Amino acid sequence: MEGSPLLRQVAHQRQALFDEGLLDEQFVQLEELQDRTNPNFVEEIVTTYYQDTSRLILNIEQELERRPLDFGRLDGYVYQFKGSSTSFGAKKVKAECSLFREYCRAGNGEGCMRTFQQLKREYATLKRKLEAYFQLARQARLTQTASPPG
Amino acid sequence: MNQSNCKGSMSTASSSTNWKANDVVPDQFPAGLRVLVVDDDPTCLVILEKMLRTCLYEVTKCNRAEVALSMLRENKNGFDIVISDVHMPDMDGFKLLEHIGLEMDLPVIMMSADDGKQVVMKGVTHGACDYLIKPVRIEALKNIWQHVVRKKKNEWKDLEQSGSVEEGDRQQKLSEDVDYSSSANEGNWKNSKKRKDEEEETEERDDTSTLKKPRVVWSVELHQQFVAAVNQLGIDKAVPKKILELMNVPGLTRENVASHLQKYRLYLRRLSGVSQHQGMNNSFMSPQDATFGAMSSLNGLDLQTLSVTGQLPAQSLATLQAAGLGRSTTKSGIPMPLVDQRNLFSFENPKLRFGEGQQQQMSSNKPMNLLHGIPTTMEPKQLASLHQSAQSIGSMNMQVNTHGGQGSSLLMQMAQPQSRGQILNESTSSHGPRLPSSIGQPIMTNGIAGGVIGRNGIGDNSRGTGYNQVPPSSSMLSFPMNHTTELAGNSFPLGSSPGISNVTSKGPFQEEGNSEMKGSAGFISSYDIFNDLNQHQHKSHDWELQNVGLHFDASQNANPIQGNLDVSPSVLVHQGYSSSQRSGQNRNASAVGRAMFSGVECVEQGNMQNFSPHLNNLLVDNSIRVKAETIPDANSQTTLFTEHFGQDDLMSALLKQQQGGIGTAETDFDLDGYSMDNIPV
Repeated sequence: MEGSPLLRQVAHQRQALFDEGLLDEQFVQLEELQDRTNPNFVEEIVTTYYQDTSRLILNIEQELERRPLDFGRLDGYVYQFKGSSTSFGAKKVKAECSLFREYCRAGNGEGCMRTFQQLKREYATLKRKLEAYFQLARQARLTQTASPPG
Repeated sequence: MNQSNCKGSMSTASSSTNWKANDVVPDQFPAGLRVLVVDDDPTCLVILEKMLRTCLYEVTKCNRAEVALSMLRENKNGFDIVISDVHMPDMDGFKLLEHIGLEMDLPVIMMSADDGKQVVMKGVTHGACDYLIKPVRIEALKNIWQHVVRKKKNEWKDLEQSGSVEEGDRQQKLSEDVDYSSSANEGNWKNSKKRKDEEEETEERDDTSTLKKPRVVWSVELHQQFVAAVNQLGIDKAVPKKILELMNVPGLTRENVASHLQKYRLYLRRLSGVSQHQGMNNSFMSPQDATFGAMSSLNGLDLQTLSVTGQLPAQSLATLQAAGLGRSTTKSGIPMPLVDQRNLFSFENPKLRFGEGQQQQMSSNKPMNLLHGIPTTMEPKQLASLHQSAQSIGSMNMQVNTHGGQGSSLLMQMAQPQSRGQILNESTSSHGPRLPSSIGQPIMTNGIAGGVIGRNGIGDNSRGTGYNQVPPSSSMLSFPMNHTTELAGNSFPLGSSPGISNVTSKGPFQEEGNSEMKGSAGFISSYDIFNDLNQHQHKSHDWELQNVGLHFDASQNANPIQGNLDVSPSVLVHQGYSSSQRSGQNRNASAVGRAMFSGVECVEQGNMQNFSPHLNNLLVDNSIRVKAETIPDANSQTTLFTEHFGQDDLMSALLKQQQGGIGTAETDFDLDGYSMDNIPV
């Protein structure tokens, strides 16, 4: 097992997520919560996170189309986005949210829009990489069960 | 771990075992701690739930504050602690915190991604027992049980202060009492509520509720006086001392006013959205609980207690007394008539007398302490205001025991500790039935007392609500289930309360073991209710008498239970509030109540366990507290509890006591609202 290339790859990819700053320590907490009774806990959380945040993204997009911009409401949505991301451990996304909030507080519409674009990019990147990682991990698990350690 | 869904905690109750505030902690503790998590962020909510489950807690999650609040209300003793986010769309987290503090008196932990100093400070001022910064780590959650224990400890401490109840005993008693009291209380509450205007001797009920601490019941009138005084002084300049002077209500203490003021300020703040109080902080009077609790109790509870007391007194007290004392319940005629009104304070006076008179009463079986065992007087501390009454009650309870000898062995038992202080019941409410005599029985008394006392904790207690306080410790609390149903009869007036159903009509305490339990439950609940109410929770800050929870079958109890039951309803009500929190804390009162209930048929949730310990303490304390309220010796004759308390007997006894036995005393006490039958002393 230790030597399995697949597993090594999984570990490597996982580490990259942290190294690239996409995930932080909080994500490790989630992983630690996963256990026999809840073997798919992390993935479940991820799903919840995606659902929540995609809804928020829509809300923010709608808000950004309003004229004039309602910074209060915008900030509210971003705050939620940040909260979820914090609990999840999405480090870069969280940082973008913080920046976004600052622009909201400053009433800087342009800054808000720019940051939002950045936020969406980071968010998309995270999703992509996480998906790739989970897939690999699933594969590795299957391989593991398929070929019990001998 | 059991997963609790919305209810969550019911099942856990049993699993959580008795949460004894005292050092005794169940082995599996903190496993099974019933936590309610409120957060609108679904990701965070799921994560927290998982973390808490990993800590072996029982978790109920909720994404809306309103839903959480109603869950807490419905299931007063269903939770031990609440964790809530600060920013929520439907209700501000701090607002929720306030509500919980007032109504249920459960420990609340706030959390937020915002770690700004101001926000954290806000948490402190609103009474949060802790503040967690997101992302929350599991390590931070592992220790949240400390808040539950701490709160309970504080409550116990208060109880103890009033009297020297041994924790162990108290716990025992409390638990037992709780059983009784909860039902009794509930009944009382209900009754009291109903009878608010009837001016029944709610005092008795108070006694029961004062298991923990004597509470001052802020009747509508009293509150109006308070508001008038505050307005006259100017909200900024309104300091307790001056308010007290302006109000000029005998028996009202500065602490009572202070805690009430705190709550009032919170309430105003909420209304105006302005944080006026910084002052509040100051007034945070000492323990937060006190503040909150007191406030709540003052506000909403008082009313209730008043009502409760009012109601209880006659019936519950009587029954309680009867049960407890085994004496003629008739005596007490349930003293405390609606405490709500002025009685509260008037009760206090009497109660105070009790304190002094306790000794006397004790011997004479003053009916007063219906709640002998029940710390109707509610620890003065807690209520601050109730203080006085509680004391008397406390003392009364003690007394009660003495005379408890009568049939109401239960009460008597409680009374044993009588030496304590005269069963508070005696002093305070002329509730005839002195519950205290057997605290063991106690629940009854407690329940009643609780109910009664619960009401206000204050004045009512004096009413003879037989401070169920009944000398804690000793046997009293141990509800002798055997004691005979007396207690059952009495105490369960609360019947309405959720588990308490028994109280109601248990008839003469025949059902001994059971009834008693019930009774106690009733009582206990009452105590809790009252306690809780008084203390913090206070029911929904209603400045008006809300019959919080009095939905107990007051009817059943209401009169039928003669006194005891009445208490219960009201008492239970309390509990509901507090308990929702799960509060174990409120537990004090609620625990008692809860315990009662749980113990009692209701078995609410395992509360019993909790309560028991609490009850005992409560009861014990109550008795101690009752001192202040102890009914003036006059009642001493009315042994609070007639020996054979048939329900009717009890009720009548209580009533009678209040009127009769205490009658004289009553007059002394100036139980306005309360038609306290002199607590048979």
